[in-house]
Amino acid sequence: MAKSASSLAKRAGAMMNWLDDRMPVTKFWNEVMTGYQAPKNFNFWYYMGSLALLVLVMQIFTGIFLTMHYKPSAAEAFASVEYIMRDVDWGWLIRYMHSTGSSFFFILIYLHMYRSLLYGSHRKPRELLWVFGMFIYLVLMAEAFLGYVLPWGQMSYWGAQVIINLFGAIPKIGEPLTQWIRGDYFISDATLNKFFALHVIAVPLALLGLVLLHLVALRENGSNNPDGIEIKANMGPDGTPVDGIPFHPYYTVKDIFGVGVFLILFSFILFMWPEVGGLFLEADNFVPANPLVTPEHIKPVWYFTPFYAILKAVPDKLMGVIMMGASVGILFFLPWLDRSPVKSIRYKGMWYKVLLGTFTVAFIRLGMLGMAEGTPAQTWEMRIWTLVYFMFFVLLYFMSPGGKTKPVPDRVTH
Amino acid sequence: MSSDDVNKGRRRFLVASTSAVGAVGIGLAAVPFLQSWMPSARAQAIGVPVEVNIGKLKVGELLKVQWRGQTIGVLRRSAEMVANLSKVDAVLADPESIDADQPDYIHGEPRALRPDYLVVNLHCTHLGCVPQMIPQVGPQPFDDNWNGGFYCPCHKSKFDLSGRVYKGVPAPTNLRIPPYSFLDDNTLMIGVSPQGAV
Amino acid sequence: MNTSLMETRATVLFGVAMLLLAVSFSVSASGSASIGHSGTNVEDTASLQRGAKWYVNYCLGCHSLSYMRYNRLAADLKLSEEEVMQNLVFSNAKFGQTMDIAMDAVQSEVWFGTTPPDLSLVGRSRGPDWLYAYLRSFYQDETGGWNNAVLANAAMPHVLWRLQGIQTPVYRQETTEAGYTHEVIDHFELTTPGTQSAEEYERTVRDLAAFLQYVGEPAVLQRKSIGVWVILFLVLFTFLAYLLKVEYWRDIH
Repeated sequence: MAKSASSLAKRAGAMMNWLDDRMPVTKFWNEVMTGYQAPKNFNFWYYMGSLALLVLVMQIFTGIFLTMHYKPSAAEAFASVEYIMRDVDWGWLIRYMHSTGSSFFFILIYLHMYRSLLYGSHRKPRELLWVFGMFIYLVLMAEAFLGYVLPWGQMSYWGAQVIINLFGAIPKIGEPLTQWIRGDYFISDATLNKFFALHVIAVPLALLGLVLLHLVALRENGSNNPDGIEIKANMGPDGTPVDGIPFHPYYTVKDIFGVGVFLILFSFILFMWPEVGGLFLEADNFVPANPLVTPEHIKPVWYFTPFYAILKAVPDKLMGVIMMGASVGILFFLPWLDRSPVKSIRYKGMWYKVLLGTFTVAFIRLGMLGMAEGTPAQTWEMRIWTLVYFMFFVLLYFMSPGGKTKPVPDRVTH
Repeated sequence: MSSDDVNKGRRRFLVASTSAVGAVGIGLAAVPFLQSWMPSARAQAIGVPVEVNIGKLKVGELLKVQWRGQTIGVLRRSAEMVANLSKVDAVLADPESIDADQPDYIHGEPRALRPDYLVVNLHCTHLGCVPQMIPQVGPQPFDDNWNGGFYCPCHKSKFDLSGRVYKGVPAPTNLRIPPYSFLDDNTLMIGVSPQGAV
Repeated sequence: MNTSLMETRATVLFGVAMLLLAVSFSVSASGSASIGHSGTNVEDTASLQRGAKWYVNYCLGCHSLSYMRYNRLAADLKLSEEEVMQNLVFSNAKFGQTMDIAMDAVQSEVWFGTTPPDLSLVGRSRGPDWLYAYLRSFYQDETGGWNNAVLANAAMPHVLWRLQGIQTPVYRQETTEAGYTHEVIDHFELTTPGTQSAEEYERTVRDLAAFLQYVGEPAVLQRKSIGVWVILFLVLFTFLAYLLKVEYWRDIH
C-alpha cells in the first residue's frame, strides 16, 4: 500500500516537474498563495473580495447557460425568459441564480468598499488598487444596467428610456449621442440586441481584465488590515513580516468557510424569497415592455437608488446628471481626500466616526428615497441628504490633516 | 511531538472530509446545469407522436410524414413483396437486423408490426439523404438484379423493401425503424410503442 | 481587544439594522395598505384544482394563459391526462400544448375597448392579494354597468356575478387636506344575491388567486422543498469548513 502511494506521489511529482519546466506553475503558486504574506488580523470585512470573485464566476457560468435559451429580440426576449422559467429543465434555478447573484454582487461590493472607508485601504501606497476597484464598480453598474434591459419587461424598457435620456441632457452632443447609444430613433430591437452583445461579451471581458489588474495591484503592496499599519514595516528574522501569515493555507481555509456561510444566505434568498418583496425582481418587469404605457412608478433596481435620488433631488436635468456623475466620480479621489496621518477608524478621533456614520445614514436614506415616489417632502429630504453626502468628502479633506488621532500600535491587534 | 502528530492526523481528516463534501456538493450542483441541456418541455411538445391515417394507402404507395424532424415513410407492401424479401439475403450486410436501430418488438425480415405496412425512418444511415423508393423488380442502372427497395442518389447506397442495407455500399446499417403502434386498422401512431412503451 | 469587541458589536448592530431596514422597506413597498390579505396557499393542491376549474370555466374564454402547458398543470395539480383533457380542455389543444385561446386580439379590442390581457404572469405582476381584492370589488355603478373599486373603470365585466351576486356601493363624504370634498365608496351592499354565500365566494376568489399565483411561477411548488435540502447540505459543509478553519488557525496567535 505504502509503496503504491509513494509511487503515485512520485508520478505526480514528475508531472509537476514536466509542467514547471514549461510554465511557472509551482513558482506562481508559491508567489501568490503560500509565499504571499497577508496580515493575520483580517476580520468580517475582509471576506467580501473573495466572495465577489465567487459571484463573478457564478454570474458568468449561469449567464452562459441563460444565453443557451434566451432570444435577444424585442419580439421574443420576454417569452424566452418565461421559456427558461417553465420549459427548460431547471431553467428557473439558473435564472434565479443569475438574478440573486446580481443583487448579491452589489451587496458584497458595497461592503467591500465600506471596508476601505473603515480601515483606509485606499490610502498610499494602494491608491491605484482603489482606482481599479472604482473602475470595476463603474463597469459593474453598466453590466447590471445592460442586463436588466434584457428581459424586456416594463421596467427594462422604461428604465432604459430614462437612463438613456439622461445622456440627452448633455448640451450639443446629447441628442445624437442618445441615438448612437440606442442604435435607433427610439428604444427598439436594435437597442436590445446591442445591449445583449455588450452584456454577454464586451463588458464581462472588461470586468475580467479589471479584476486581474486589481489583483495584481493588491499583490504588489499586500493587503491593508483593520489597524491600518503596514505589516512589512516589521519584518521577522526569517524575512517575513512578524504580523504576516501565508495566504495559503490560512486564508484559503478561512475563505472557504466564508463561502459556506455566503452560500447559505444566497440559497435562502434564491429558494425561499427570490423576489425579495420586489427589490431583487420587480413586479412591473413581469409585464411585457409596452412603449405606449408608462408604468406608474419607474425606478432603478435598489443598488442604483442612492444615485438616482441625487439625480431626482436636483431640479435641473443637466445639473442633476452632473451631480449624479459627481457623486460616483468623487469616490475616485478618496485616496487624496483623506489626509489623516492615520489610516484606520480605530485610531482616528470621534470626528471621523461621526463623519462616516452620517455619510452611511445619508447613503442608506438616499437609497430608500430613490425607491419612493418623490413627494415634495421627500424631494426636500433628498436634497438635504445629497448635501450631507457631498459634505462628507469636503469635510474629510479639511478635517483630516488636523483631526484628532490616537497612537498607532506597532503590532496588529484583533 | 505527539500532539503534533495528532494535529496532522486531524488536519488530514478535516481536509479530506471537507473536500469530499465539497466535491459532492459541486457534483450535485452540476446536475441542474447538465439537465438543462435535455430537450425542453416545448421541444417535447413539438416532438409528440404523429397520427397517420393509412386507410387510403395503396399497395406500393409510400406515404411520408414528419416526426421529430425526421422523414418517416409508410410503405404498403403486397404479400409478394414480403415473400420475396429473402431473395436478397445473400447480398445484404445485416439481413437479420442484428446491428439495426429498431425497437425490441420489431422482428424478422419484414421488420414491421404488420408485414403489409413498413414504417421506416427514410434517412440514409450514411449521411442522412432521403433515398428514392423504387419498388419494381427488374434491372436498374445501379443494379442488374434489383428486387425493389430504396436507392440513395447521394452516394449510391441501396436498401431492400424492408430498409435492409446492401453489402458494399457506404451506408453502414439498415434504415432505422421508429417506435410506432396501431391505434386501429387504419391509424398509425408514430412515436408511441404498443402498450404505451415509449 | 476592547476596540475589537466594540467594533464587532457595532458591525453586528449595523448589519441587523440594515437587514431590518431592507425588510421593513420591502414590506411597505409591496403595495398600498388598503388591498388586504388574500390568504392563498399554493401548497394546497385542492385549492389550485378548484382555481383551475373556475379559471377554465369563467376566464379562459377571454384571457389566455399562453405560458402554461396543460401537461405541466396536470403534473403539478396531480391530475391525470384524462382528467385534464376532459375537464379543462375545451378546444382541440393537445396535452403538451399551452393554454392559448381562439379570441382574436384585434377583434377583442374592438369589442371591449381593450384586449383582455394574457394572465400567465398576473400572479407576479399584481400578486394574489390584488387579485383577491379585485375580484371581490366589482359593483354596479350609476350607469347600470359594471365598475370596480380596485381598478376604476375597468373594461372587464363581472363574469362571476352569478356566483357573488350584484353589489352596489354606499358612498360617504370625504374631505382632503386641501379642503376638497368628494364622494368615496364606504362599503358595498349585496342588492342581488348570487348562488354562493359570501364565504363561498371568498373561497372561490381565493382559489382563483392561488391558481394564478401558481401559474405565475409553477416552479414555486418545487423550489422551497429543494431549497431546504440545499441549505441543510450547505450547513453540513459550512460546519466542516468551520472545523477545518479553526484547526488551522490554532497555529496563529
